[in-house]
Amino acid sequence: MAVKEEEFNFAKNDKFNTAMIPGKFARAMRTCKIWQFIRFVIINIKMIIVVGKSH
Amino acid sequence: MARLVVLGGGVAGHTAATFAADWLGKEHEVVVVTPNSKWNWIPSNIWVGVGGMTKEDVTFDLAPVYEKAGITYKQAKAVSINPEGNGSTDKSFVTIEFTGQGKAGQSEEITFDYLINATGPKLNFGATPGLGEGSNLGEFTVSVCTADHADHAAHELKKVMDKMRKGERQKILVGTGHGMCTCQGAAFEYIFNIEHEIRKAGLRDMADIQWISNESFMGDFGMGGLHMKVGGYVVSSRIFTESLFAERGVNYITGAHVNKVEKGKVTYELLDGSIGEETFDFSMLIPPFAGVGLKAYNKAGEDITDTVFAPNGFMKVDANYTPKPYEEWKASDWPRTYQNPTYKNLFAAGIAFAPPHIISKPMKSPNGTMINPTPPRTGMPSGIMGKAVAHSVCDLIKHGPSAHLHEASMAEMGAACVASAGKGWLDGQAAAMTVYPVVPDFDKYPGTGRDTDYTFGEIGLAGHWIKHILHYLFIYKAKLKPFWKVIPE
Repeated sequence: MAVKEEEFNFAKNDKFNTAMIPGKFARAMRTCKIWQFIRFVIINIKMIIVVGKSH
Repeated sequence: MARLVVLGGGVAGHTAATFAADWLGKEHEVVVVTPNSKWNWIPSNIWVGVGGMTKEDVTFDLAPVYEKAGITYKQAKAVSINPEGNGSTDKSFVTIEFTGQGKAGQSEEITFDYLINATGPKLNFGATPGLGEGSNLGEFTVSVCTADHADHAAHELKKVMDKMRKGERQKILVGTGHGMCTCQGAAFEYIFNIEHEIRKAGLRDMADIQWISNESFMGDFGMGGLHMKVGGYVVSSRIFTESLFAERGVNYITGAHVNKVEKGKVTYELLDGSIGEETFDFSMLIPPFAGVGLKAYNKAGEDITDTVFAPNGFMKVDANYTPKPYEEWKASDWPRTYQNPTYKNLFAAGIAFAPPHIISKPMKSPNGTMINPTPPRTGMPSGIMGKAVAHSVCDLIKHGPSAHLHEASMAEMGAACVASAGKGWLDGQAAAMTVYPVVPDFDKYPGTGRDTDYTFGEIGLAGHWIKHILHYLFIYKAKLKPFWKVIPE
């Protein structure tokens, strides 16, 4: 059975082996235009709040 | 008429000068002294360094902007400050040496009522043998600290990628070039933009990409790390950062003081005292920062540099500089008004002020070598400081010496950071983070030192969109286009 893409790097060294590596779904969502547009709105709101608290 | 002199035209200096000119109007004079003829949006230098933008995209000429704002512009570097004047005048003045405007090499004394030191750092390449000489980049590595450096880096990276295309495996080394560096975030962005470009070019299998950093753990970023809310968990930045490195197959070395750079090789000392070597075909190592080397003299002409500046060359302000152990560090040690304690008409903003101590836990190797990141002062805090200091100076000019000074402590302000991990409107990614406050306050937030309701981070295409939009937004603001004042720092 072929190694899944997200599991490939685990075997490269001990540091990678204990790290959290995103799976196929999580990586797909990172560049999913619809989901990222929603995140864009949410991140902007969060950042505006922090900017507002800092001035 | 009062005169405010601003030394430096970076984020802090430009913000301070433009707001002060706007608030003071034509009744008073604002003078900017900066050795550069162009303003540079430094965060986008990362994209210049991988060929994703040109240096013209990230810079613009300062002269027409300052002319529009009614600011007197001197393309010169500051050499010394006489806050008490000298034998022939009681008026404070700064001595400058021109670098352009047809007067290169000529000196001039500019008197002032108030001075804001926002010179930024000296890029201290000379601190590591082989990394460079003084503030000049050496021949073995590249840099993305200036637009010209980044342009050169892009050309060198292209050569390396051409070799990969010919079947030659290449080793890429990116990180910090000294044990006391700051700005790990820039190196972090650069290594992942390189990885992104190499992967897009179908060459990822031909590259070994290696990170080397003075941070004692991944994700320290000179802030002692941070804890943020991700997916319902409160997660250390270490988990977040290690995850990205593992996902992209980028190996890493932490706690490293690079002590020598040679052609194709660096030598480093680790926190456990061991010595290591790393070879490279292409390397970008961030230099440590120092003050620009301004001198100060009293009325009698005696050198008072030690009174005005800290040993690292940064200006002393209203911070608590009393040496004390890490366990006793307080958020209240950090400056609030950035006014020099000895000369009340001197202020500093941005990288030019001397921090009371580092933020990360101090570390040194058994050999006594200090290996820890120094505090970052990114664009948002620098801009906020510049604006607060400008506000204070304007109030002092308009209402006299009893005017209230405006405050902008890094222990009470947050920062929004967007760290690019690859450029592209459809396939780019960036880590969008906020941290509140920048300097942890363990009295107020005993758990992590920060408010986890306002400290968060996530990686994705949305982060890239934000970073790219900020590129245009902040250049628009810096050019003083309509409604520039409503864009926050």
